[in-house]
Amino acid sequence: MAEVSGTIRTAQDAASSAGGAILALLGGFIVELREAGLPVSLTENLDAMEAVRHIPLEDREAFKYALAATLVKNHAHWRAFETVFEVYFSLRGKEYAVGDDGDTLDLDDFDPADADGQGEGQGEGQGQGGAGDNLSAEELAEMLYQSLMRADQPMMRATARQAVKRFAGMEPGRPVGGTYYLYRTLRNLDLDEVLERLMESARQQSPETLTPLEERLEHDEYESRIEELKQEIETEIRRRLVADRGVEAMAKTLRKPLPEDIDFMHASREEMLSLRKALQPLTRRLAVRLARKRRHGRKGALDFRATVRSSLSYGGVPAEPKFKYPRPSKPEIFVIADISGSVAAFARFTLHLVHAIGGQFSKVRSFVFIDGLDEVTRFFEGADDITEAIHRVNTEADVVWVDGHSDYGHALEVFWQNYGQDVGSKTTVLILGDARNNYHASQSWVVKEIEQRARHVYWLNPEPHAYWDTGDSIVGEYGVHCDGIFEVRNLRQLERFVDHLV
Amino acid sequence: MSNDGSLAGNERFESVDQVRKQLAEVNYLSDEGIAGIVFLADRLGKPIMVEGPAGTGKTQLAKSVSELLGARLIRLQCYEGLDESKALYEWNYKKQLLRIQATKSSDDAVDWSELEEDIFSEEFLLTRPLLEAITADDPVVLLIDEVDRIEVETEALLLEILSDFQVSIPELGTIEAKQIPLVFLTSNNTRELSEALKRRCLYLHVDYPDLDREREIVLMKVEGITESLADQVARIVRSIRQLELKKSPSVSETLDWARTLVLLGVHNVDAETATKTVNILLKYQTDINKAMKEFKNEATFARDG
Repeated sequence: MAEVSGTIRTAQDAASSAGGAILALLGGFIVELREAGLPVSLTENLDAMEAVRHIPLEDREAFKYALAATLVKNHAHWRAFETVFEVYFSLRGKEYAVGDDGDTLDLDDFDPADADGQGEGQGEGQGQGGAGDNLSAEELAEMLYQSLMRADQPMMRATARQAVKRFAGMEPGRPVGGTYYLYRTLRNLDLDEVLERLMESARQQSPETLTPLEERLEHDEYESRIEELKQEIETEIRRRLVADRGVEAMAKTLRKPLPEDIDFMHASREEMLSLRKALQPLTRRLAVRLARKRRHGRKGALDFRATVRSSLSYGGVPAEPKFKYPRPSKPEIFVIADISGSVAAFARFTLHLVHAIGGQFSKVRSFVFIDGLDEVTRFFEGADDITEAIHRVNTEADVVWVDGHSDYGHALEVFWQNYGQDVGSKTTVLILGDARNNYHASQSWVVKEIEQRARHVYWLNPEPHAYWDTGDSIVGEYGVHCDGIFEVRNLRQLERFVDHLV
Repeated sequence: MSNDGSLAGNERFESVDQVRKQLAEVNYLSDEGIAGIVFLADRLGKPIMVEGPAGTGKTQLAKSVSELLGARLIRLQCYEGLDESKALYEWNYKKQLLRIQATKSSDDAVDWSELEEDIFSEEFLLTRPLLEAITADDPVVLLIDEVDRIEVETEALLLEILSDFQVSIPELGTIEAKQIPLVFLTSNNTRELSEALKRRCLYLHVDYPDLDREREIVLMKVEGITESLADQVARIVRSIRQLELKKSPSVSETLDWARTLVLLGVHNVDAETATKTVNILLKYQTDINKAMKEFKNEATFARDG
């Protein structure tokens, strides 16, 4: 109890010194972080309040890092943190205030100064308030081009503001997410063409023709500047949305699942990318962990030699018995995966993961099917690049039998006919799919046969548990013959399953 | 603890800027985040957990901080099977045995409890890095390197020392810290560290530096390099890092590459030089092939354009 009262007092101290307003703001901020899925504990909360006491509050960057260091303990959560931080703090400064006359004020503050700074390309755009409105589309394009050319940060920001104002078509109170406005703005700016123009001028400026290498470097440089501009535009859209809807509502709209929580079946392209990025460290982590588990899982037989050797330091008394490291046999894995449209992404990730940690198994064989079945182990053998192998699985495997709609029954039958004799007592069989069989015959006897021969049979289903056995899903029918059915909708669940497997 | 200035605030530094400047003086180019967290760690009396890809200067950060403080660096290299006798302390059995035998052979009768007290005193204690760090009289910086290599259970060894800066020895009692050293833990993220450990630390993710910082690092660390060459090096490395590779080039590999170029007397990196020396940057054949292919692809693109 003493400790509890201690923490309360600390919180109050922090409050009195950092100012109640900041404390309240921090409180809301931390609640939002938790809502976004970040595990922020009470101690970390207190640490954060303690930390900001040592940081000059007017220094945004320092303030941000102080919060990050105490609240975010996993790099994968950094993006989520940044978004919430931006909404809560970055957009609150005086210069971001958007009142009734906010828009004109903005232009007064920003545009003319920048326009003066660059001089050319926007004659009448200077001077009076609200001048930005008079910019023609061509002038805006020119401004964009110039700012990218010179990597001029304030000018980029001004351009971003203008572009959003002109193209995003934002209406107060309209319940649309920021991505929609971002898309509209970017479509109008046509950044691909701007990039082309920038490259063209780089080619002209160079005295000789650019070598491919130089070309590539210029290209990457401009691309990174354009990326910066996109960030500015996104910030600007958020700023306006925050002004329109308020911080809490905005933070809620922007909430995105953490990479390990992204649903395989409904991931957007962007999410797929971050999933793929998250997969690599995950495989490395799993491999290390599994290898370690195998070595230290239990103690082996007494190692007589080592025991006698170590007893010498205690005068011949065998005080410390030594044991041999156990060498348990590695399991053999058969993966049978449905790669039809709806579950393709899930199959891809699982195949990738299983092959990436293939060293932990004595053998990995994979089969893919839609309504026909094909063994794809050959693509992975000797391939250094698993991504490449997966790509070949998708394009080259022969998996269509009749019409290219999932037919689990037929696929399993083919498996049993051709490869059934290879399933042995050391084999663990994983079947991946949603078991949506399009009302074909289930042929669940195959799973039963497999179960009798194999060490284990597991079914991994990427659908939420609530959807199982609804419609044409017959996962229950297969499930009775399996040692377990697992809901695997995201990386977190996949990781947990693989851990369980070994 | 927050009120207790004498325990928490060591105040080795005045401000974030000062940290940054001093780090630069010992040839470590930090950024706002790194300097800010070092400053906070000092003020809050908390350890720093440094995570990031290999070769981004995590260990070097600890070394540089110890150098600028003029403190002794005590390093605990973690590995599988590390236990308290290697990390915290160990009784010197052999010396204890000798002591007992010496008592037996001598004629004066020493009673048992006296002997027991005697052999479990500090004289017979071998200090290991963690205990040494908190009992040291001179200023020290403690580096616990690659903490992700120890097992989850072993992490518990670190908890007491990291949160309370003390070590409990059953036979002796609790040894409290004479000073609160700056503590750095580094991790390559091969496994998720436990919540308990993370909660006690400030978290710092060190990533590959951005273009400007990498150029500065190259300029600072590589002797005799021209500014334009350093710029080219940094830009090429950035482009390579954007590819999907098994292992992206680390900062140390960038530096090796820059040194090689200087030694070869290269002033301008063209595709040919890059091809010949790329094996210093990339260590997998597939990665090398991929990088080369990318640069060639761009050539065809340019012709089309």
